[in-house]
Amino acid sequence: MSNSTSNTPEKEHKSSYRTEERRTLSSGEEEFFFDVKTSDMEVNMGPQHPATHGVMRVLIRCDGELVTGSQVHLGYLHRCAEKIGENVEWLQYLPYTDRYDYLAAMNNNLGYSMAVEALMPGLEIPRRAVLLRTINVELNRIASHLVAYGTYGLDIGAITPFLYAFREREWIQSLFEKICGARLTYSYIRIGGVFNDAPPGWLKEVGHFCDVFEEKWKEYRDLLALNHIFIKRTAHVGVIPKDMAIDFGLTGPMLRGSGVDFDLRRDMPYMAYGEAYEAGAFKVPVGSGEKGELGDCWDRFYVRVEEMMESIKLVRWCLGVIEDGPIIGEIPKVIKVPAGEAYVGIENPRGELGHYVHSDGGKIAVRCRVRGPSFTNIAVVEELMPGTLLADSVAIIGSTDIVIGETDR
Amino acid sequence: MIQEQADAVLGHPVHPDSNVFVRILEWLPLPEMIPGWVVTFGGVMLGMSIFLAVMSVLVMFCVWMERKVSGHIQCRTGPMYAGGWHGWAQSLADGVKLLLKEDMIPKDADRTLFWIAPAIVLGSIFGAMVAFPLSYDWWFGRMDLGVFAILALSSTTTIGVVMAGWASASKWSLYGAMREAAQVVAYEIPLGLSLLAPLFVLGTFSLTEASAMQSGWFGMKWAIFTNPFLIPAFLIYVVAALAETKRAPFDLPEAESELVAGFMTEYSGIRWSFFFFEEYAAMLLMSVLGAFFWFGGFESPLTGALRASGMEDTSLVFSLVCFGTVLFKGFVGIFLMMWLRWTLPRVRIDQVMTMGYKYLTPLALFCVLGAASWEALQHLIFS
Repeated sequence: MSNSTSNTPEKEHKSSYRTEERRTLSSGEEEFFFDVKTSDMEVNMGPQHPATHGVMRVLIRCDGELVTGSQVHLGYLHRCAEKIGENVEWLQYLPYTDRYDYLAAMNNNLGYSMAVEALMPGLEIPRRAVLLRTINVELNRIASHLVAYGTYGLDIGAITPFLYAFREREWIQSLFEKICGARLTYSYIRIGGVFNDAPPGWLKEVGHFCDVFEEKWKEYRDLLALNHIFIKRTAHVGVIPKDMAIDFGLTGPMLRGSGVDFDLRRDMPYMAYGEAYEAGAFKVPVGSGEKGELGDCWDRFYVRVEEMMESIKLVRWCLGVIEDGPIIGEIPKVIKVPAGEAYVGIENPRGELGHYVHSDGGKIAVRCRVRGPSFTNIAVVEELMPGTLLADSVAIIGSTDIVIGETDR
Repeated sequence: MIQEQADAVLGHPVHPDSNVFVRILEWLPLPEMIPGWVVTFGGVMLGMSIFLAVMSVLVMFCVWMERKVSGHIQCRTGPMYAGGWHGWAQSLADGVKLLLKEDMIPKDADRTLFWIAPAIVLGSIFGAMVAFPLSYDWWFGRMDLGVFAILALSSTTTIGVVMAGWASASKWSLYGAMREAAQVVAYEIPLGLSLLAPLFVLGTFSLTEASAMQSGWFGMKWAIFTNPFLIPAFLIYVVAALAETKRAPFDLPEAESELVAGFMTEYSGIRWSFFFFEEYAAMLLMSVLGAFFWFGGFESPLTGALRASGMEDTSLVFSLVCFGTVLFKGFVGIFLMMWLRWTLPRVRIDQVMTMGYKYLTPLALFCVLGAASWEALQHLIFS
């Protein structure tokens, strides 16, 4: 029964597709015209689609291969992360932060920890903890950018760079496994410091990784970023001008790809970044429109590629100055955070990851809000889509380097 | 004239009198009462089935090779378990798996077209393969215009692909089909034109004769060495062949990151594997065709040496060497295609069209003119 009813409108639709109308004009002549309408086609890219990097759904309106409009639907991976933050103790929330931007869990740990620490004025974080945090966060940034590099290659159609990128990422993950036991959801950076000291030989291995990665990095850059077809596919595509980038509140490589020189690590220094920047340990790569226009997909991609190298330099610098010492400040078993509000934004691989925490002096936060960079950055996709080709739309979505876990939280 | 030249080179007519399998049947002590046409028909049928089996094995080898090549390019090992030695039986295992998988047809699909499409695709590509001689002595279909037959039949796959895309009732499939149609139409022209250049040089449409024409210089008088215009023509052929076979960087019809799986999105199980088979069969076809018209076909120093030692062209060993030589050349071509696939990103549809119509077609025409003029000049000077 239900079958027949559902079939009826379909059949009507099919027949209306081929109707041939005929009418008589006032002059007496018969006019023929075929009712072949060319209408836009709506295609669902996602929630299950290889180009969306997760369960995001992009509704694309197409005129043939030409994209005339798009609409991004979020929420398929919503897990109430913020609400959970209002129901569990301060430290218990930490594992949940791992899970929104699962490619940069160290950064999420750090952002949340720093927001809570901002409410605890007496707490001092030992220097070794600061440096270990910086090392791990930067390694995590490399790992995250390697995924961005690899998956963007996949979007453009190059499969091999993905596996190369994952080979290095695997090494970083095994480094993390050695220091905290987890490969993806670390919960390593805790309120007040880090929870585990580097095991013997770990720092040396990180140094070795830096040496190897520097060599590989050149290979990767030449293989994908400077590949002629890749440049042809990404240059002049999805151009975000400077003012548009600022208007949309883009942060991270998306913003810097448009030529805005803004990086929280340098402009609002936290952890060891201020010191490192003064020591000249890292620069902030900014898009230059080298291969196409300023702010195109290639620029955004290349900013990420260059940032990997800057992160290596930062890790190197940290390895040079790190000394033995305590790794966590004086933190009670059950943390009670003094009443107050704090917002701390840090530079996540995808942009500004802000944590707003509100405490009434108890064991549980009153409000725990996350400002996710992917969520903000994805907004620009709808604006960039019209007028591009279907293949470009994939390139644009890929160049935003979103993590659905974080857009939906 | 060319046929006479080729005959003179080989010392006997390039085409033996009948299909190799007909000859086998004639050689067998069959009862007298079986009429001749039954023997001929049976020979052809037997030949076709053996041929199909051999080609299927070759294609399965291609699949295994792709997995190994991609594995090693990507710092992996590829299949290692099935069958023991380096996973040689992986393709067989996959085939069994695909046979046993559920055969699904989408509810809204045009069932008839959905059924026929894979058959057309596979049938046309294997049909094109019939035109290939396996050696100077072994062949199945006598084709004096072998190139035409191969090009015509191999482009028929497009019809199957468009059918598949349309019948699937999926927008992604439709995109894949439309892209395939646009792409193949655009690249058929440079493909044919680039093949025309060696045809001028060799002066024949027949693959056996083309090979025989390249048998000088101790088996190294390959067309590509005799005419400078054949080098750009070959490069055009490579690009056009990649586009024809839907291989990366021209795998737009099935662009997995854009169109899910393009025209085969809705296909599963053994029907899907038909498309998969077609891809590798087409690769084999294009590589071997290139080997015949640019790289000497059956000819190599090995055949040169055998010929110098006085071996007959029709002897069994010589035939085997010929078959091995042309297969080896074909697989070198296939390896090249795989290498490109696992290295390059995909181009965009407008870039594909631009390249086909604006650059490759005029360039191919130029190559044809150049090759022809070079031949004419040679003719004027040396005769």
